[in-house]
Amino acid sequence: MAADDFESIVVLVPTGSLGAGAREDEIRYGIAQGAHVIATDAGSTDSGAAYLALGISKNNKGSVKRDLTVLMKAASAADIPIVVGTSGQAGGDMNVDWTRDIVIEIAGELGIRPKIALLYSELSKETVKAKNAEGRIRPLAPMGALDDATVDDCDHIVAALGPEPYIAALKAGADIILGGRTTDTAVLACYPLWKGAGLGASWHAGKIAECGAQCTVKTTDGAGVLLRIGRDAFEVEPLSTVNSCTPHSVSAHMLYENSNPFLLVEPGGVLDVTNADYQQVDPRVVRVTGSVWEPKPYTMKLEGASSGQFQTIMLVGIQDPVVLHNIDAFHDRMLGALNERVRKTIGAAAGDFNISLRLYGWNAVSGEKVAAETPPPREVGVLFVATAATQEMATQIAKACNPYFFHMHMPEHREMPSYGFAFTPADIERGPVYEFRLNHVVECDEPMEFVRTVWIDLALEEEA
Amino acid sequence: MATVNDVCHLVRSKNAGPYWVTIDLFFNSSQNFARYSQSEALGPKTFEQLFGADPALVRSFPVAKLDMVKISYARSTPQGGVVERDLHCGQQFVRLLDVELDL
Repeated sequence: MAADDFESIVVLVPTGSLGAGAREDEIRYGIAQGAHVIATDAGSTDSGAAYLALGISKNNKGSVKRDLTVLMKAASAADIPIVVGTSGQAGGDMNVDWTRDIVIEIAGELGIRPKIALLYSELSKETVKAKNAEGRIRPLAPMGALDDATVDDCDHIVAALGPEPYIAALKAGADIILGGRTTDTAVLACYPLWKGAGLGASWHAGKIAECGAQCTVKTTDGAGVLLRIGRDAFEVEPLSTVNSCTPHSVSAHMLYENSNPFLLVEPGGVLDVTNADYQQVDPRVVRVTGSVWEPKPYTMKLEGASSGQFQTIMLVGIQDPVVLHNIDAFHDRMLGALNERVRKTIGAAAGDFNISLRLYGWNAVSGEKVAAETPPPREVGVLFVATAATQEMATQIAKACNPYFFHMHMPEHREMPSYGFAFTPADIERGPVYEFRLNHVVECDEPMEFVRTVWIDLALEEEA
Repeated sequence: MATVNDVCHLVRSKNAGPYWVTIDLFFNSSQNFARYSQSEALGPKTFEQLFGADPALVRSFPVAKLDMVKISYARSTPQGGVVERDLHCGQQFVRLLDVELDL
């Protein structure tokens, strides 16, 4: 591809998220094209804080194992490394260990003995507080300065890794790298950066391919993409030979889940694509030039998740025209009645509680008033959510509310209505409310400061 | 008189991390992009009214090559709170569709 003598680095990105469904035929194609590395992201903050707070995966073990089996088989045969970022959805230590155990299990099944590097980036509360006391933690909008109480609230805190610990592990001969929380871009950019590909090209390629085939025309018709990264340009090609990339499909991906379409802040710098140029060089392939990497002092983004109050929910369906013809009045009357019921039956013991009613089929998603001329829906689903300090209290509130939630009448009702419960028992304990608590960056002395690398060499373990 | 729905062929919303929402408005012509992408009707005040956003934290990025504008704003409450209605913010664009652009 490149006009100079630099041989492009070929990165096989099998899927947007490990466990989403890597395809064997696509992997075969990518390997045949000379892939130097298989690189994939395995997580995101996108689906909320529960996965970091609990240290659990979003994808089930079976689907992650299936994808890893496909990748490990192919990589082992082709003798190329696999790098995985944000292991186990959240990239906390527990999430990394969960993924490690799957990899070891697969290695046993395949009869292979890879050298595995685990890159942990979870931080202790003491470390975070000490850095904060040194004035080396800065808030990102809309957050304010960090205080110790917020740090103490968090169940797990991770720092998003850059490419450096991956490069160190690759240099040391890792066959498989399982990273903790990592920027989506860094995990795809680490190998080309190591091999001397262009900084702007490597980082921009990483951003474009972070969601696999999402930067292609037929986003559902294929899982992965191939990146060829040179000094001043990179190319993107879908791994599915019936799919294609266009300048529009590729450039539009810079918009995805990104608040600024031109600048992307990463550990150690900012990717600037303001002047990037996207050209169709083949019916399926797009070449990108003009990406710029501007080095900055090294920072890592912190993510922290906490579990807070507990919730218990109930759900009824209502088709009763009396309710549907005056649905906002029904909502207000019900909410008032339920709060009154809790005050009267539980009283002060209920503590700082909240009851929320969401009218699915009417305005549950926005919570906003519906325009006056809107005709009544055919039915609504009413979700009851009680939030309280403990699970027991949330459930006690739900049980106290149950008779009203089930039977509350409107003035027009001639007898007591019974709304349509979907389950018995009616109340469902949902567990805690999980929230992200940090939106800060920590200034680092050097890129490896917060990384703990652990090696598992299955060849050596077998000998021992 | 034109609404967002009249002049865009695609409007979508998504969270950009737990604290920000980003809305992409793809206009159906370069003319409409030029005429409306910086409209006051797509300014901070509208986002304050529709989403309870802090007007100081509403940012607009026109992308002329794609005839689109990206508008990002800080969520009024962080993702996944006690009264969460749209965890991934994928439904937030709907409130913009009927916004009148010819002020």
